[in-house]
Amino acid sequence: MRFWSSIRPAASDVDEDAEEIPSQSALVPADSVAGRSLVIVIAIMTFLAALAANVAILVADASVEWRSDVAREATVQVRPIPGRNVEADVKDAAEAMRRTPGVREARVYAKSESEALLTPWLGEGLNLSELPTPRMIVLKLDAENRADLDKLRMELERAVPNAVLDDHHVFIERLGDMARAAVAIAALIFVFILAAMAVAVASATRAAVATNREIVEVLHIVGAADPFIAREFQHRFMALGFRGALIGGGGAIAFFALAQFFAQRWRATGGGDQMEAMFGDFTIGPSGFVVIFLLAGGVAALTGYLSQFIVLRHLQRLG
Amino acid sequence: MLTFENVGLRYGVGAETLRDVNFQIEPRSFQFLTGPSGAGKTTLMRLIIMALRPTRGLINIFGKDTAALSNEDVAETRRKIGVVFQDFRLLDHLTLYENVALPLRVLGREESTYRAEVLELLRWVGLGERAHAFPTVLSGGEKQRAAIARALISQPKLLLADEPTGNVDPTLARRILRLFIELHRSGTAVIIATHDLSLMDQYEDARRLVLADGRLHIFE
Repeated sequence: MRFWSSIRPAASDVDEDAEEIPSQSALVPADSVAGRSLVIVIAIMTFLAALAANVAILVADASVEWRSDVAREATVQVRPIPGRNVEADVKDAAEAMRRTPGVREARVYAKSESEALLTPWLGEGLNLSELPTPRMIVLKLDAENRADLDKLRMELERAVPNAVLDDHHVFIERLGDMARAAVAIAALIFVFILAAMAVAVASATRAAVATNREIVEVLHIVGAADPFIAREFQHRFMALGFRGALIGGGGAIAFFALAQFFAQRWRATGGGDQMEAMFGDFTIGPSGFVVIFLLAGGVAALTGYLSQFIVLRHLQRLG
Repeated sequence: MLTFENVGLRYGVGAETLRDVNFQIEPRSFQFLTGPSGAGKTTLMRLIIMALRPTRGLINIFGKDTAALSNEDVAETRRKIGVVFQDFRLLDHLTLYENVALPLRVLGREESTYRAEVLELLRWVGLGERAHAFPTVLSGGEKQRAAIARALISQPKLLLADEPTGNVDPTLARRILRLFIELHRSGTAVIIATHDLSLMDQYEDARRLVLADGRLHIFE
């Protein structure tokens, strides 16, 4: 029995009062943490991280498209050489190609079309008819029944010795390298953003511990263990992290929705086509949403975990 | 329960604030700790609650050497000690109810299991009507009683009170002393640091520990 019970209480009164008690306040007061600034920083960082992650995904997906488009095409160049009829060579080469399994279509570029391809390099207004410009045959390869390119090359050499097959592998490799570089840069930016956010959270936590020094001291005196105190800070920071991540993640979803809307409106314009070639139509798809949700959850958890870790380390150093 | 053996404490490189302090506190005992201002009463209290480490000597509390306690053990030990600070140390963002309930909350108890207990104690110290008030709107006497209630709520084995009647009128001082005597009778060892001779005269059965020039003199 409690010693003060013998002097007072009327149990019924106590129960009446007991119902009036509101829910418990947080031990770390909300206004003692630079909450608003931290929420803004976390929101911006989450938005940028979501942007970086999704741009990496979009570029990676788009690069797969580019490479498969390019891989489904090959080009035959027929060089005019003295003593051979280039028109006959083009015709023979095209026929040899059409006979080869795996080649769906062989389209012969007319002389004027082949010359037009040189215009961007040589400029307009030149008479190219006197120049020995190579002739082009564009092959569409079957994606399902892949042509044996080595065999194709041999067939071509046998049929027309002055023809060269270009399967675009150099270009495909460059595209692959470029896409990998873009994804790596986006991943690096993502990591830097998370690191910057971690620094901001760490600094806000240290400031909060300093501001709440007296509370920490009282909690210690009444017997609170360090993990209990660290958890109180963690709850406060996790709530802030969650709020910031929700705003940032929501902003990223809104951004991609807007980008998709404008990409569709500007389709078929010059700039729109370039953007579409680079990023697709900005549709982030289910994987993009999953990334944003995971990121938001991760940011909230990271904020809470970091603050707990820093407070615990600080208290252990004090101890 | 509590033993000090040749304890000395020095702040920085100055002279020792406490020198060769030796005493024992028995369970269920009652003592006043007194001495002139600056004699080291608060320092001694801080040593007992392990907020300070002695420069030399041995402090043994509840059978354990405080120098060998881990952070967890220190927390565990502090839960058996109730402390009333001279400056109350109430948390301004918590209501009186929450302040008083703090030691139980720290123990991880569900709020529903201690609600009646806390309200009962608040009523006992005359603050039943102020349970929802925040410390910033309370008088010095009310804060004092709230701080006492917080120290008592977990029914500690040892209660330390630093000038608990320093901010209250003589009538309230008598009431507070009565409260400590009740606590003592219920089995808690009590140490009250005070200058107030009239307060000490009201309970002549208490042992007197007098700090002067950094040394402790005991009057049984």
